[in-house]
Amino acid sequence: MRIGVLALQGAFREHIMMLEALDVTAVAVRLPEQLGDLNGLIIPGGESTAIGKLMETYEFYEPIKQQHGAGMAVWGTCAGAILVAREVLDAVPGQRSLELMDIVVRRNAFGRQVDSFEADLSLAHLGEDYRGVFIRAPWIESVGDGVEVLGEHEGVAIAARQGQLLATVFHPELTGDPRVHRYFIEHVVSS
Amino acid sequence: MTESSRDTGTLRVKTGLAEMLKGGVIMDVVNAEQAKIAEDAGAVAVMSLERVPADIRAAGGVARMADPTRVEEIVGSVSIPVMAKCRIGHFVEAQILQSLGVDYIDESEVLSPADEEHHVNKWDFNVPFVCGCRNLGEALRRIAEGASMVRTKGEPGTGNVVEAVRHIRSVTDEIAWLKGLRSEQLFAAAKDLQAPYDLVKWVADNGRLPVVNFSAGGIATPADAALMMQLGCDGVFVGSGIFKSGDPAKRAKAIVEATTHYEDAEIIAKVSRNLGEAMVGINISDIPDAERMQERGW
Repeated sequence: MRIGVLALQGAFREHIMMLEALDVTAVAVRLPEQLGDLNGLIIPGGESTAIGKLMETYEFYEPIKQQHGAGMAVWGTCAGAILVAREVLDAVPGQRSLELMDIVVRRNAFGRQVDSFEADLSLAHLGEDYRGVFIRAPWIESVGDGVEVLGEHEGVAIAARQGQLLATVFHPELTGDPRVHRYFIEHVVSS
Repeated sequence: MTESSRDTGTLRVKTGLAEMLKGGVIMDVVNAEQAKIAEDAGAVAVMSLERVPADIRAAGGVARMADPTRVEEIVGSVSIPVMAKCRIGHFVEAQILQSLGVDYIDESEVLSPADEEHHVNKWDFNVPFVCGCRNLGEALRRIAEGASMVRTKGEPGTGNVVEAVRHIRSVTDEIAWLKGLRSEQLFAAAKDLQAPYDLVKWVADNGRLPVVNFSAGGIATPADAALMMQLGCDGVFVGSGIFKSGDPAKRAKAIVEATTHYEDAEIIAKVSRNLGEAMVGINISDIPDAERMQERGW
């Protein structure tokens, strides 16, 4: 199994380390031609505007959609969740997303850095006591019919799945807890 | 909504934002218009200042925290994180910046130091701090004081990358040296580095700094940014290099692309074409010792 991590900007190295610890071949993806033979793609946390602009300049939007259509699973964390969403609220004018997943995400919804936080989460299929790290995090404001909400915090959705798509607004790559990565590999990629 | 379900200001939350900035470019801006240009170019954050370092150097006198109105104007104008500088040791400027809602405070040698012995106790704050360093010992002293991100200092406002290179080489060489030591030698190493033993031991065991390290001070071209990335920095600060150049928007975008594709010479060559005038540089030997900003910090 080969999983790509979009390595334009952000915490891609942490995702690669998590994947390698689970004995998965991880590929740092910097150009669209590297998407070819991937079973899955992780879009990491970072700045969604910076990653989105680099995706535009290096023409990633259509190839990612095409590869997803051909069976490549996609997981977005934090900024990545913004980039996979159908609609982004509080976006910068002209900010584009991949419009893959039927979710509406609000940028920086939990506030600025002084409001960034950790909290214990309960996630469907993954169990209790999952330590979530939320950094200037967005939230999932609403979801479409085919989307399963995997977890909520303070009454708002913070993780969701739709077929071969996964979105988490917190950072599973920062805690060393492999449960979400394992779920992605075993259930979202292999579904 | 129960506020008690959130733990704010934790070390992981503070270092975590720095992790999210990696592979990116943080740009100095002095007003909302420049902040928007930076955001449009793909900056991961902006540093709000009264003046860029080249102008601070030219103006002389005491350089202080920016006017709160200026900082708020920039905070309100962009959606990316906003950083702001306080003077070394000036914990009240830091308190003010935290109250304004900035996302990171840079306790910076670019401003005139307020304390020639002590830095801010950064553990007292919810907002994270980045601090400058010229070598491993200085980096670890700042981390011991609570910095959750460091940056090699370089020599600000010069457009000359030579000091930035010197400083990242010092840090990486000293990390390599620590890794080769036996356990009993680490106590003497801590004494030599003037840094806490626990942090020295952590670096020896892990072979890296415990926090993200960016490069600053003298980066003026896409090639400069890629050089610092290849030398092992996690990202770059560009101060005067963008808005003191002929075509800031174009140069800013080119530096962002070179930072992402730092190992791809063809891409760096492509983005380096026709950028207009770079900022006029200063040779380090032409700066009197007393005016070298990198010497500030203890």
